[in-house]
Amino acid sequence: MSPARVLLCWRLAAWTLATAPLLQLGWLILQGRLGANPVEFIEHHSGQWALRLLLLTLAMSPLRERLKRSEPLRIRRLLGLWAFAWACLHFSIYLTFDLEFSARQLAADLIKRRYITLGFAALLLLLPLALTSTRGWQQRLKRRWATLHKLIYPAALLAALHFVWLVKSDLREPLLYLALLLGLLLWRRPWRVILRARKQPVIST
Amino acid sequence: MLIRIAPPHLLRETEITPPEVYASRRRFLQQLGLAGIALAAPGLGRAQSPGPGALKISTRRERAGGEKPNSFEDVSSYNNYYEFGTAKDEPARNAGKLKTRPWTVVVDGECEAPAQVDIDSLLAGALEERIYRHRCVEAWSIVVPWLGIPLGDFLKRFKPTSKARYVAFETLYDDQQMPLARFSGLQLPYREGLRIDEAMHPLTLLSVGMYGRVLPNQNGAPLRLTVPWKYGFKSIKSIVRIRFTEKQPATTWSALAPDEYGFYANVNPAVDHPRWSQSRERRLGELFKRDTLMFNGYPEVASLYSGLDLRRYY
Repeated sequence: MSPARVLLCWRLAAWTLATAPLLQLGWLILQGRLGANPVEFIEHHSGQWALRLLLLTLAMSPLRERLKRSEPLRIRRLLGLWAFAWACLHFSIYLTFDLEFSARQLAADLIKRRYITLGFAALLLLLPLALTSTRGWQQRLKRRWATLHKLIYPAALLAALHFVWLVKSDLREPLLYLALLLGLLLWRRPWRVILRARKQPVIST
Repeated sequence: MLIRIAPPHLLRETEITPPEVYASRRRFLQQLGLAGIALAAPGLGRAQSPGPGALKISTRRERAGGEKPNSFEDVSSYNNYYEFGTAKDEPARNAGKLKTRPWTVVVDGECEAPAQVDIDSLLAGALEERIYRHRCVEAWSIVVPWLGIPLGDFLKRFKPTSKARYVAFETLYDDQQMPLARFSGLQLPYREGLRIDEAMHPLTLLSVGMYGRVLPNQNGAPLRLTVPWKYGFKSIKSIVRIRFTEKQPATTWSALAPDEYGFYANVNPAVDHPRWSQSRERRLGELFKRDTLMFNGYPEVASLYSGLDLRRYY
């Protein structure tokens, strides 16, 4: 297969993965099978997929090293944008059906409810990443672009904690996501940054 | 020469329906009929005709302010029964494992006539239907026609003593029948409790059925508590033990997170759960939320708590 073909396959796989839950949702709505609390179902479904796709986005760098291929990096933006889209759907459902667009209620929730504060912060951190995801912005921001896009790490952490703090007693699913996320973050050996920062003054003197 | 002139009533060869086409049309009509029955069947199933598990109702009381009960389907497919899984649809799928016969309830503690009660003796007596609102601590709610007996009438049979200041309840716990229970995050068996005056209040029901039939397992078969002015977790399911106590009994959710779930757990829109608001709720079947009512709309219980700081004793 030609490299272009291979890349197309990867792209198709990413699109399928990101849109299949949307088709599933549409199918369940048509069949009237969202259960007794459809709003809650869509809220959970969209939130789960936002988090899953965010983790998948973060898995692309390790995957590239593992497979020694470039395709994972070339579908990373696609996955990240879909994660953002699912997060937007998640927030819109909450804003529409739980808050009925009341800014006062949103403010009250943001102040009082820890998990909503975290989830909202995660969405806010993802917003500039989605806006600057185009090639034009990449060229305009140059090296700062990569720095800016490191915001995905705190965003993913906040999103995972948002889920942990929402659950009543069965923490298996949220803790699984948190563990996967910590694995993906540790793989990046964050201590190197700290060590480098410590060494730097020594070098500069 | 014979000239045959066909009489007008005779069909031409081409006008006769071939037998295979004729047969297939009959089949089609039969299938159409079956499809019609199949479409009508769910409606038939829901009718209150006597059938398996149907219970005899002696009196009916509508206590939900005229609000329409939710569908049986909603109430029996969206459940919190962590012994059978923590997702809302899991109890309906897994509670089939629960064996509800033979079933006895041990009643003991601070009373003169402790006894073991067989569930079938309860079902044989007069049963009241009560249509109540039910408000979950997770901010969703339903309206359900329960069937049962006033808990107070039941408890009096065992002659509680003056030391009986509380009533403690316990759910069956059997990991053979409840393989998912170990993932619940809860200390099991599930325990709940009421103050004796709450237990004796005429609104408090010992339910054995709903919608005119015995309880589905996922709704707490064969008998459960129904305390309509308290959050749903107080209405303990599948009860095997009732105990009169002098001291306030430990209760499951309150033991897990005492800052989130109190012993009283009265529905109160003014006192939020630390992680979410209790001022509004989503009635199943409705898209938007509605205001939550004080004591879930049962103001007659307010006198039980006069002088009690409901912010402190949530």
